[in-house]
Amino acid sequence: MSVRMGEEQKQYQEFLKSRQPAKHWLKNSIRAFFAGGIICLIGQGIQETFVHFYHMSEQMAGNPTVAILIFLSALFTGIGVYDVFARYAGAGSAVPVTGFANAIASAALEHKSEGYITGIGTNMFKVAGPVIVYGVVAAFFVGLVRYVFTNF
Amino acid sequence: MKIGKQTWQFASEPRVISTGSAVGEKEGKGPLGIDFDLVITDPYVGQKTWEKAERKMMEMAQDKAIEKAGLSMNNMDIIIAGDLLCQNISANFAARTAGRPYLGVFSACATSMEAVALSALMVDAGQADYALAAVSSHNSTAERMFRFPTEYGAQKPPTAHSTVTGAGALVIGRAPNGIKITHATIGTVTDLGVQSPWEMGAAMAPAAAQTIDQHFRDTGRQPTDYDAIATGDLARVGHPIASELLLQKGWNLGDRFTDCGILIYDPDSQHEVFSGGSGAACCAVVTFSHLFNKLTTGIWKRILIVATGALLSSVSAQQNETVPCVAHAVVFEADQN
Repeated sequence: MSVRMGEEQKQYQEFLKSRQPAKHWLKNSIRAFFAGGIICLIGQGIQETFVHFYHMSEQMAGNPTVAILIFLSALFTGIGVYDVFARYAGAGSAVPVTGFANAIASAALEHKSEGYITGIGTNMFKVAGPVIVYGVVAAFFVGLVRYVFTNF
Repeated sequence: MKIGKQTWQFASEPRVISTGSAVGEKEGKGPLGIDFDLVITDPYVGQKTWEKAERKMMEMAQDKAIEKAGLSMNNMDIIIAGDLLCQNISANFAARTAGRPYLGVFSACATSMEAVALSALMVDAGQADYALAAVSSHNSTAERMFRFPTEYGAQKPPTAHSTVTGAGALVIGRAPNGIKITHATIGTVTDLGVQSPWEMGAAMAPAAAQTIDQHFRDTGRQPTDYDAIATGDLARVGHPIASELLLQKGWNLGDRFTDCGILIYDPDSQHEVFSGGSGAACCAVVTFSHLFNKLTTGIWKRILIVATGALLSSVSAQQNETVPCVAHAVVFEADQN
C-alpha cells in the first residue's frame, strides 16, 4: 500500500463501514449450494447413462462425463448463456469443472481479436492458469507427504 | 482567470455550440433513452472488435455534434478527447480519422469535464474559435481492461458499477447564444485508502466532496446558487456518502444533488445495473443530453457538473495499491436570451 494509512484514511474506513451495502452471503451461499448441486446431479446422470447403457465401469465413465460437461460449458459460454447463469449461481457455477471450462473458453473468446497465437494462445489460461499452477504445486506437496508416510 | 485556489473563471463565457451523444442499447432502454441523439443497438457498431466499436461511437458522437452545429470537422481548431483504454486508443484513433490538431487527456471517468474545461479555456484564451471535447467508454472494452473476459461467469458485489457504452461530444466556441461555460474547478487527487476496485463509489466520494467544497469556497457561492449539482458516477453507494461528507463540511445540497450514474439506468427494470453507471461516457452523455435539455428549456438556470474519476489501473489494483481519485467540476449556465 503506497498511501500511508494516516488518521484521515482510518477515519474514513471506519465511516464507510456502516455505509456499504451488505453482501448477500446467505442468499449467495444457498444459491451456490443448489446450483452447484444441480450441475453435479446432471454430471451424475451422464455418468449413470454411461454405466447402464454403455456398460462402462464407474471409473471408466468418469472421463467421458467430464468431457461432456466441459463441452456443454464451453458451448453455453460461446452462445452467451453461461455468464448469465453464473451471475445467479456464483460459486455454484465456478467450483465444478464447468466453471473451469468457462474461464478458459471466455478468455479464448475475448482474445480472439488479437489472433490465434498472441491472442488465444497467450491469454487462454489468463483466468484459469492459477488453478493449474497451484493445483500442480499442491499435488506435489501432497504427493511428497504421502511418499514420506508410506515409505518411512 | 484564476479565482480562489483551484477555480478558473472564463471571462468571455464560451458557449456550448452543439452536443452529440451516442449510446448503446442498455442506455437507450434506460430512463433517459429519448434524450440521446443516437442509440446503437449493435454492441459491435458494425465493427469487428469491441475496441473498434468504441472508437466508432466516439466518431459518431463527434460527427453528430459538428453536424448539429452546421459546421464541418475542418472548422475545429482543436480536439481534446479521452477514454478509458490503455494509451487512450479510442480518442487517439478517432483523432486520426478527424485529422485536426488534437490533445489526448486522461482522468478516468472525470475525463469528460477535464476535456470540457480545457476546451473552454482554449476558446476563452483565444487559442481556438471552435474546440471539440469528446469522451467515450464501452462496457465490453472496460470489462476486459479492468475486470474479466465478457463471457466469464462472475458474481459482482452490489457496490460494483456497470460501465456505460457510449460517447459524448461538445462543440465549444464563441457565439451569441447557447449554454454558457462560466467556471471550472480542477480537483486535487485524493486517496482515503479504499483498496477494492469494486468500491469505486466509496473511493471517489471524498474527491467529489473536496472539489465541490473548494468550488464553493473559491467562488463564494452557496448550493442554492445552483439548480442542480450532479456528480459523474458515484452511483447509489458513493452518492449518499458524498452527500454526507459535504454535510460534514457544512454544505447541505438537498434534492438538487444528483448523480449521472444513478440517472442513466433503472435498477428495477434493467439487469446488471448494480449500484449504477460509470465510465467516461456516463457523465458526458447524461450531461450533454438530459441535463442540458433542462437548461435549454429554461427549467434550470445554472448547474454544476462534477465528473469523478478513479485513477487506478488493473496493474495497480493487483499490486494492492489504494485507489487515488479526482473530480473536476464545470459550471454551465442557461442562455438568458
